[in-house]
Amino acid sequence: MSSTTILQHCLTGISLGGAYALIAIGYTLVYGILRLINFAHGDIFMMAGYFMIFAMASLPWPLSIVITLVVTTLMGVGIEKIAYRPLRSSPRMSIMISAIGVSYLLQNLATYLFTAIPRGYPEIPFLKRIFHLGELSASFVTLLTPILTIVLVILLMILVNTTKTGMAMRAVSKDFETAKLMGININAIISVTFAIGSFLAAVGSILYFTDRMSVTPFSGTLPGLKCFVAAVFGGIGNIGGAVIGGFFIGMVETLLVALGYSTFSDAFTFLLLIVMLLVKPTGLFGEKTQEKV
Amino acid sequence: MMKHKRNAILSLASLLLLFAYLYYLNFHHAQHGMLISILEKSAILALVAVSMNLLNGFTGLFSLGQAGFMSIGAYVTAILLIPVKSLDGVYYVNGINPALRSFKVAIATAPSWVQSIYPFIALLLGALLASALAALVGIAVLRLKSDYLAIATLGMSEIVRAIFSSPQLDGITNGSYGLNKIPTFPKMFGSLVPSMVTPFIITALCIAFMVLLIKSSYGRAFKAIREDEIAAEAMGINLFKHKEMSFVVSSFFSALSGGMLAMYMRSIEAKTFSISLTYDILLIIVIGGIGSVTGSILSAFLVTASKEWWLRFFDQPLVIGGWHVPLFRTGFRMVIFSLLLMVVVLVYRRGLMGSREFSWDRCIARVRSLFHHQDKRQERGGAQ
Repeated sequence: MSSTTILQHCLTGISLGGAYALIAIGYTLVYGILRLINFAHGDIFMMAGYFMIFAMASLPWPLSIVITLVVTTLMGVGIEKIAYRPLRSSPRMSIMISAIGVSYLLQNLATYLFTAIPRGYPEIPFLKRIFHLGELSASFVTLLTPILTIVLVILLMILVNTTKTGMAMRAVSKDFETAKLMGININAIISVTFAIGSFLAAVGSILYFTDRMSVTPFSGTLPGLKCFVAAVFGGIGNIGGAVIGGFFIGMVETLLVALGYSTFSDAFTFLLLIVMLLVKPTGLFGEKTQEKV
Repeated sequence: MMKHKRNAILSLASLLLLFAYLYYLNFHHAQHGMLISILEKSAILALVAVSMNLLNGFTGLFSLGQAGFMSIGAYVTAILLIPVKSLDGVYYVNGINPALRSFKVAIATAPSWVQSIYPFIALLLGALLASALAALVGIAVLRLKSDYLAIATLGMSEIVRAIFSSPQLDGITNGSYGLNKIPTFPKMFGSLVPSMVTPFIITALCIAFMVLLIKSSYGRAFKAIREDEIAAEAMGINLFKHKEMSFVVSSFFSALSGGMLAMYMRSIEAKTFSISLTYDILLIIVIGGIGSVTGSILSAFLVTASKEWWLRFFDQPLVIGGWHVPLFRTGFRMVIFSLLLMVVVLVYRRGLMGSREFSWDRCIARVRSLFHHQDKRQERGGAQ
């Protein structure tokens, strides 16, 4: 393989990784606070794809993007209110089953409403413009994804580290009960967390599907699981870790496909997960937690 | 003691009645094709549901790897059982591995008693392979906590699926084209048990084994681990040994059920065993009640029957008196189903049976109270 091809694949990998990183943040935030793998997160991402398709059918693209972001955010918060909040004090297994149930529901709902036939994703003209850098060529979205990802992550970091809401979020993820005793409105903080996660998933969905061209009701499942792996890889609860995990998985996956092992690209992600959980269960940057009796 | 005897007699009688009914269905195959096929599928799913419940409900290990183990059982059974004369038709794209072909030719020329037990050996081999893998994977993943275990087993099932559909195994698993022309269920004991009844017998035997396991001291250890791992360990229960045992046994029976599913469907591909199959089984045990064997069995039959039969009308357009009812079209049934699951998860958290088992005592008490109620109502009616 020539160096140009390798660089070209790296560019694709970074772009895919950026989208993964945005989704992985949603997992890591929710897990940090609720200790819940939000199995529905990948399907929220898929639904955001459909919202964009239907918004673009009759509206110009800037408005469609805003509508997609708002509707997806509301959906994420609504799902938490309806499906997770009533189970707050139940065992972890029931809330996980509820998350799987929501994922099942969203997939079936999408199949019912939009049929299982892949739907073409609308083209946003300026995102699809092709740029040439020396011998490399890339569409604008490929270049935009990593930059936008990093900007959003920096904004999120500022939010978490400097604002009062961010401080409350950190407190809740550290100790649920004590945070409650300190007068933090837990439910509001959890809603904010889901809103941020779903918002980033919607951004990720626009970037991801613009490159992939079509959406099916099941196109959220595997990216969702992979992004969870990315979050675990980077250390769950750690935003920077999730971003690095997302970029890493995106790169490796693209390289495996380029080398002709496309059937194994999904399997690799899970193998990485199992190995990671065995060698360093807290992930690259995760904090060590002590098990209490 | 009297009650004990009565309950045993009642159970035996109802089992006999059930099998008599199955034989009746077998002799009137033509009229009841739909019913038979649904009952067969339910029985197969009941087996995997109980095996998943053994792990999730009784040992408290939230595993989502069922589809992976089922695919191992299904693929081994299918590869070993596809008849020699159909081989070229099945492996039409890439051809079959020559060693596998000569092995199958050797089996086809073996004496007839070998051939009559061969399907069962194939099922058993698949199950043993799956439990060997489970034992290996278990060493690694069973020390993980609840949700990490779920995602690790789910990942394992995806890895298995990727291996089966990989082009490197084309000569054996036929890659992404899948396998077909799989023979149906074998007969048992000469022709004493017709092929239609075989899956029910296998399922009944396997579930009976799991019930005995749950009732043994091992089963009590499983439940102790479910309730509180640290307390169980303090009581001297070897955590790893019991978790591993539960995991291996559960995978064994999942694979067995997968093998039967291959015989039932007659054709399989790697996509059949995707994550959604695991979710379907999870749905069955959640509706039946996590931690109840009879709940899982009952729910397997109810869910399958309503999915494939009773609720079919949701998918057809419905017209009442010239008015075209909206909503009714393809896919609506599954939406109803997922809503039902959410209602069970959020409102009726115990499912059909909770963690209780079916008992004749309660059944009889309920019937009695029904009659008493009527008596009282009649009395009241007489007084007026």
